[in-house]
Amino acid sequence: MKYIEEFRNAELAQGLSRAIAAAVDPQRIYRFMEFCGGHTHAIARYGVEDLLPTNVRMIHGPGCPVCVLPVGRVDEAVALATQHDVILCTYADLMRVPGTNYESLIKARSKGADVRMVYSTLDALKIAADNPEREVVFFAIGFETTTPPTASAIKQAQARGLKNFSVYCNHVLTPAAMRAILGAYTDEGAPNVILDGFVGPAHVSAVIGMRPYEEFTRDYKKPVVIAGFEPLDVMQAVLQLIRQSNEGRADVENEYARAVTLEGNLKAQALTAEVFDLRDSFEWRGLGAVPLSALQIRPEFAAFDAEKRFRVEVPNPKENKACACGEILRGEKTPTECKIFGTVCTPDNPMGACMVSSEGACAAHWTYGRFREAPPLEKSA
Amino acid sequence: MCLAIPAKVVKLLGDGMADIELEGVVKEVSLDLLDGIEVGDYVIIHVGYALARLDPEEAERTLALFAEMGRLAEESAA
Repeated sequence: MKYIEEFRNAELAQGLSRAIAAAVDPQRIYRFMEFCGGHTHAIARYGVEDLLPTNVRMIHGPGCPVCVLPVGRVDEAVALATQHDVILCTYADLMRVPGTNYESLIKARSKGADVRMVYSTLDALKIAADNPEREVVFFAIGFETTTPPTASAIKQAQARGLKNFSVYCNHVLTPAAMRAILGAYTDEGAPNVILDGFVGPAHVSAVIGMRPYEEFTRDYKKPVVIAGFEPLDVMQAVLQLIRQSNEGRADVENEYARAVTLEGNLKAQALTAEVFDLRDSFEWRGLGAVPLSALQIRPEFAAFDAEKRFRVEVPNPKENKACACGEILRGEKTPTECKIFGTVCTPDNPMGACMVSSEGACAAHWTYGRFREAPPLEKSA
Repeated sequence: MCLAIPAKVVKLLGDGMADIELEGVVKEVSLDLLDGIEVGDYVIIHVGYALARLDPEEAERTLALFAEMGRLAEESAA
């Protein structure tokens, strides 16, 4: 496939691996967070860690929308599907995310609720048009990449007069999550996670551009290198992060220049701003309540806001106590440091959200990393 | 979730829609998020929408950079 295969080339990967080995200072440890689950998946799938020197550590970030959605929002979606006679449309990954008492949308469907997997908001619109007598709710999640398609669907529903279509909005913002991670300190005043820089998001950046990351280079002195989701993209970004670290620089650099520009997609940004505004605060799994970190539907579009249209009764949300998703999403634990990883919790029977999505740190490690010969890297050394 | 793939626009369908082709598979996607897309352009597809235009020259430059990095590492080791 053009523009994919070339960026997985083994020979070029060996070359980049040598370049990285030559660039590292053996006296120091480099800790880089790949924010996105897409990068986590690529690193695990292509064994990128095995091509890096052992003093270069990759720390998985919270950029997996399914993973950061808190139990309470899953419970509300299940309640929407079971307490109202709606057709609940959702992206596939969300079907199996466990809520309180292991309830999930797929279990609700097996008990008779009308829950449907869709590939696109366009499919949800079509279902609404084909079923004028039913209410159709689209369960919207995702970062800045996935938000413009939701905004577009709301605008189209308005233009087409689809009065039976609404959106349960859970869209969240990347910079707010990066800020939450960098701003978290232990009781002793040390940072919760020691980081030397970020591999910046691929397609989030295609939408928002490069400027939103300047705050992290300026205020936190952390380099950010935006990278594509193919293995060579990640390796080149790591090389650039190592060089910035060695030179004591903190700049926003763009490895993914074939899709990301300085300004990003201005049309998508304008559409998003027209339909959504900021929530004062939003609950994230792992990060807790994060101020100004999520979007809500503007009052002008309230007719399409499922939160305004449907009241639901939900129990007090309860996380599985043994699940370490929270610590893993904050970069404080690796999947193998979770007590139930690979025993009670597997992709077939996920206890936590990080084991559900293929880009969740636990699912990626289970699928590709658990038979690695190299021992998992110690987080503290 | 943010996964998105590059594909070639093969037909403009009007009404903001287009056919894209990937390995022989043709799929209809929305062009609502981009202006000025033409047949032959490569676009990045995400959940049924073309999200960004792929710049072929930048792609070539990035691949050339990868090769250059490897070559330099080889030379400095020699």
